[in-house]
Amino acid sequence: MPGKLKVKIVAGRHLPVMDRASDLTDAFVEVKFGNTTFKTDVYPKSLNPQWNSEWFKFEVDDEDLQDEPLQITVLDHDTYSANDAIGKVYIDIDPLLYSEAATVISGWFPIYDTIHGIRGEINVVVKVDLFNDLNRFRQSSCGVKFFCTTSIPKCYRAVVIHGFVEELVVNEDPEYQWIDRIRTPRASNEARQRLISLMSGELQRKIGLKVLEMRGNAVVGYLQCFDLEGESGLVVRAIGTACTLDKISNTAFLPACNSPSKEMKEIPFNEDPNPNTHSSGPSTPLKNQTYSFSPSKSYSRQSSSSDTDLSLTPKTGMGSGSAGKEGGPFKALLRQQTQTALEQREFPFFTLTAFPPGFLVHVGGVVSARSVKLLDRIHNPDEPETRDAWWAEIRQEIKSHAKALGCHAVVGYSESTSICEEVCILSASGTAAVLNPRFLQDGTMEGCLEQRTEETSPLGCGFCHIPYDELNMPFPAHLTYCYNCRKQKVPDVLFTTIDLPTEAMVIGKGCLIQARLCRLKKKAQAEANATSISNLLPFMEYEVHTQLMNKLKLKGMNALFGLRIQITVGENMLMGLASATGVYLTALPTPGGIQIAGKTPNDGTYEQHISHMQKKINDTIAKNKELYDINPPEIPEEIIGSPFPEPRQRSRLLRSQSESSDEVMELDLSHGKKDAFVLEIDDTDAMEDVHSLLTDVPPPPGFYSCNTEIMPGINNWTSDIQMFTSVRVSRLSNINLTNQTLNKNFNDLCENLLKSLYFKLRSMIPCCLCHVNFTVALPEDEVIQVTVTAVAITFDKNQALQTSKVPAAEKTLQRASTDNEEQLQFPLELCSDPLVSQPFSPAKEVLENASSHTGIPAAQRAASLDKASPLAEGHLRHRSIPSCTNSSVSVVKMTPLSFIPRAKITKYLGIINMFFIRETTSLREEGGVSGFLHAFIAEVFAMVRAHVAALGGNAVVSYIMKQCVFMENPNKNQAQCLINVSGDAVIVVRESELEMVPVQPSAPVSQPTSAGGDVTT
Amino acid sequence: MTNDLDIFVGNTTLIDEDVYRLWLDGFSVSDAVTLRLRSGILEQTGATVDVLQSDTMDHYRTFHMLERLLHTPSKLIHQLHFQIPPSRQAMLIERYYAFDESFVREVLGKKLSKGTKKDLDDISTKTNITLKSCRRQFDNFKRVFKVVEEMRGSLVENIQQHFLLSDRLARYYAAIVFFANSRFETGKKKLQFLTFEDFAYCAEQMIENWTLGAVDSNVDDMDVDLDKEFLQELKELKVLIADKDLLDVHKSLVCTSLRGKISVYNEMEANFKNLSRALVNIASKLTHNKDVRDFFIDLVEKFIEPCKSDKWTLNDVRLFLTQYMTSAHTVDAFRHQALWDRYMNTIKSCLLKMYHD
Repeated sequence: MPGKLKVKIVAGRHLPVMDRASDLTDAFVEVKFGNTTFKTDVYPKSLNPQWNSEWFKFEVDDEDLQDEPLQITVLDHDTYSANDAIGKVYIDIDPLLYSEAATVISGWFPIYDTIHGIRGEINVVVKVDLFNDLNRFRQSSCGVKFFCTTSIPKCYRAVVIHGFVEELVVNEDPEYQWIDRIRTPRASNEARQRLISLMSGELQRKIGLKVLEMRGNAVVGYLQCFDLEGESGLVVRAIGTACTLDKISNTAFLPACNSPSKEMKEIPFNEDPNPNTHSSGPSTPLKNQTYSFSPSKSYSRQSSSSDTDLSLTPKTGMGSGSAGKEGGPFKALLRQQTQTALEQREFPFFTLTAFPPGFLVHVGGVVSARSVKLLDRIHNPDEPETRDAWWAEIRQEIKSHAKALGCHAVVGYSESTSICEEVCILSASGTAAVLNPRFLQDGTMEGCLEQRTEETSPLGCGFCHIPYDELNMPFPAHLTYCYNCRKQKVPDVLFTTIDLPTEAMVIGKGCLIQARLCRLKKKAQAEANATSISNLLPFMEYEVHTQLMNKLKLKGMNALFGLRIQITVGENMLMGLASATGVYLTALPTPGGIQIAGKTPNDGTYEQHISHMQKKINDTIAKNKELYDINPPEIPEEIIGSPFPEPRQRSRLLRSQSESSDEVMELDLSHGKKDAFVLEIDDTDAMEDVHSLLTDVPPPPGFYSCNTEIMPGINNWTSDIQMFTSVRVSRLSNINLTNQTLNKNFNDLCENLLKSLYFKLRSMIPCCLCHVNFTVALPEDEVIQVTVTAVAITFDKNQALQTSKVPAAEKTLQRASTDNEEQLQFPLELCSDPLVSQPFSPAKEVLENASSHTGIPAAQRAASLDKASPLAEGHLRHRSIPSCTNSSVSVVKMTPLSFIPRAKITKYLGIINMFFIRETTSLREEGGVSGFLHAFIAEVFAMVRAHVAALGGNAVVSYIMKQCVFMENPNKNQAQCLINVSGDAVIVVRESELEMVPVQPSAPVSQPTSAGGDVTT
Repeated sequence: MTNDLDIFVGNTTLIDEDVYRLWLDGFSVSDAVTLRLRSGILEQTGATVDVLQSDTMDHYRTFHMLERLLHTPSKLIHQLHFQIPPSRQAMLIERYYAFDESFVREVLGKKLSKGTKKDLDDISTKTNITLKSCRRQFDNFKRVFKVVEEMRGSLVENIQQHFLLSDRLARYYAAIVFFANSRFETGKKKLQFLTFEDFAYCAEQMIENWTLGAVDSNVDDMDVDLDKEFLQELKELKVLIADKDLLDVHKSLVCTSLRGKISVYNEMEANFKNLSRALVNIASKLTHNKDVRDFFIDLVEKFIEPCKSDKWTLNDVRLFLTQYMTSAHTVDAFRHQALWDRYMNTIKSCLLKMYHD
């Protein structure tokens, strides 16, 4: 019996009228956990019941605590007939299971019904008492922290980044079980919500076990997805990066500032008081660590020995190409260490997109793999082997792609699926990279520390240098010497799935670049269908790539970050949507223009037309350069070509070039210089392509957009943020379906959506749309659904600072505090960062205060509500007049970014992972499809906010809407929608308030007033 | 290609004040789009009509969802569904409960019943306010009336408490509730020159001095109903006109003190008895509901119009009423001083407010 769950039902408010005769409700509450149910008394005839129940106590295994959600059902008592359900609240108690997070869940939760939506609110207090359990063979993994954030969370330090963890569980979808024919839609929806909640709890627990096995204590970049495979079942899968995190505390951090190696040993205390985590956590001095248990997976420490076999990586050798030159013997050693460290792993993948300084050594480029599968019914839920094998196959492919690029790791890794009927496309993508082994293995830490400093290029261009051997290039590319250091080779363009590294040197601002593509496909069944999709995929990838390349050139930029290519399959078409943030990296060469070449040179008017187009393109490039402040210093060509010319190398360069141009292109992603720059207009198709290039309208003045965490060139954010979701469903009826019309329609749909966003958010100018995330779905024939989630942040134009100076200043600071893994997402904050500038900063106190705050309001609230019986008559007269500012609802900010501008995260309270279904049989009455979905998304936001507030938090970071499946049947007046969202609940303190007492997340005193105030209404 | 579904949902509910105004004014989406187009918004923002259409629809949907909450503003403050900063919540409520002068003048003093609601069509045509907006305003009046009608305590405070309105708007609603309850006639042609603000001021004076609440602060309907006992007592004032001696003493006292100060002395002297009779008669008749309803007509017909025809200035009226009131105290035989003050203070304030130069 390792845990006791305690629940108290305090009060309800704004309940719906359940008894038409009296216009009132006789409400009571059922509290269910596992198979145990408790009930409150019936509170008769009130829409604002005050149950004030006793503590309901559940004695449960911690395994159950992790898997099961707490289920609270509000019902209307009926003497003569069955009790009517008003609605439910599911509370995930996971955040209470690790001691660093929330200590109590307490607050108002919207009561949710899958048919009626939110129906009033209920005030609940939940606590967990965990008992020590020393059983090593346990099945639970309490204490492992989960983060959706894809970088090392702000108040933590990465001691070790262990690597990839994945898991999937499968089950039958209740919607497709036989019983569904006889039960109500509500029962079916609730069964589904509950099942998914259970499955994700189980999944998280299993991942946690894997992390413990790897001796980690946290999962960062945790991404959980659902595959609704219809008849064949329901798959919940998750990936993440296992890490050993250490909480940053001022006392340990400050004195160690200048001696990073010393600091490692100086962490004297264990911030993780949970006895369940292994004793070999971050607390013990890492160097002398001895592990008592034999690792079943081979994480042996042999990596520190330098004589590891190199033959596993045939493409990298001591004397060859860039590798030999860069770091000399040390470099090779480093490589060996890293490689061995990584080769121990089945998949050297990292779901992180931003890294501690120095972690990323080189970036090879984007690697991706797709495969088309036919779904079959999952016969045995306990054996998800088929799905596992599918993913293993894809991951293997990714791994080999990375190897081909001379890289031993993949960062910014993600996986996705697209399902239509029984066909499923599995996709995985990431960025091939060479990593510094320092963070990967405990043992190597000490040895590499000083060396690393040398290794990191002082010019912040190191990551651009090619990791592969230029003599054996995996694909033809045009290489030049790095424009920053002039020592190493760099490619002419760089595509990555990660965020822009903080040390990167950038000129001007970034911008969102999208490639959009549709391809018709014949309707077909089973294998024939899968085959035709498989055949189309390479062409789509190629075209998406070409579009991206052209648009990048058109913007005058040379690198893409945060690239995400989504291929969606429908009944009769395939859609491709790629989004990325274009930037101009100073290390890479200036992109050339785009040249148009006609095929019929003798036609005079045609020539004229071509030259007209050419002029337009040139104008656009010039305009874009101005728009995004891209004004790289002019460097004479000779200098660029060979800064320190050594004849031998020059010849090699030439040779490799000639080789590449002769090569038969194998990979469809190849873009030799020729192909990229010259657009041949040989038919109307190509003409369309050029036109579509030029139809992308730049955002109106004052607006910028990107899909990454950092927007280069803008760093003076204000605290004015607005997270939003926008959905459009478009019907392609009455259209002659060809690839061209489809492309145009899809393009217009996306462009119009963006235009609409710019218009709606015009009051926030000057403003940047950050983390713009598009998803495309094809719910039916000829219907396209586009969903966008992003955050708009106002920045201060007047305070714009000289950006070019920042990276340098930042670097010195970073070096000074080498091991401060706190990722400074907005470099300017560094100067005002209390950890650095104020030796006796109150940050620690802030933390403590904040944590105690989470406890206090709950207790106060409970106590004060005890007294809050319905107000006595005449009370009204004496109460002070309420001003509208006296709101009991605490503000919860939400953002898809990992930070809140102008604020500091002082505490992570746990992940939010919620799944909702909403259904209606009165679609017209609810305002049609738009009214229905609008209300539902607003409800989802409300429920997320309520959960965060109940945890004592005031913001959600790394928020993501992973799924929004919308189905309608207007003829039957019905619609259904499924939404899955996740994020990290946090406490943030505004920068301006850092010196003062932190904000109280909620106003407990006003609670009883609010509860009582409505009695009379 | 048509958009079946097109929505935008912000974590903080996005509210466009201009669109809110159009929605409150009862314009349809297409009318609102036309009006917005005319405002030149496209030129300023470079947007297209489609964008404007979609934006307007979105806002209308939001307002439609908020309307349910606006009916009980305290719910809007405490709900979790829409995250709206407190200052915006206040704006939403204040504007939702705001009303048009021309509309309120039509409805003021009428019974807030279904019957009146049926007349909204005519009011809409007459005032050029959309029927939808008329309905909203009428329903607001009725809702506020229903909630505070039977309640103890200060009318203004109760309204503020339950509807979270600004002080000014709460006062206006108090007047509307008060007028609706006593059914004062305000729609007659003779009363057209009076503004809502004039009536609201009079209502406030009457609530403060003539209701139950003015004497006892803890009774039902204290601010809504006139103090019946007081009205009954007003009959006692008749002595001022019925007793010939008293009337003459009163007149001479007023005339002496006003000589040389008032520009219409002769007219005043000639008319004194008529004016005094008028004012006292109004007081003595207030026991009948019918006469209460005609209170304002009487004031206009019996006092304001005669003065107007003699070209009294506002200052003349002020001087006269002040003297008329205070002189009664020095009339020895007159013993209802307190009653007289309670009556005359309010009458004086009302008349001065209603007397437009």
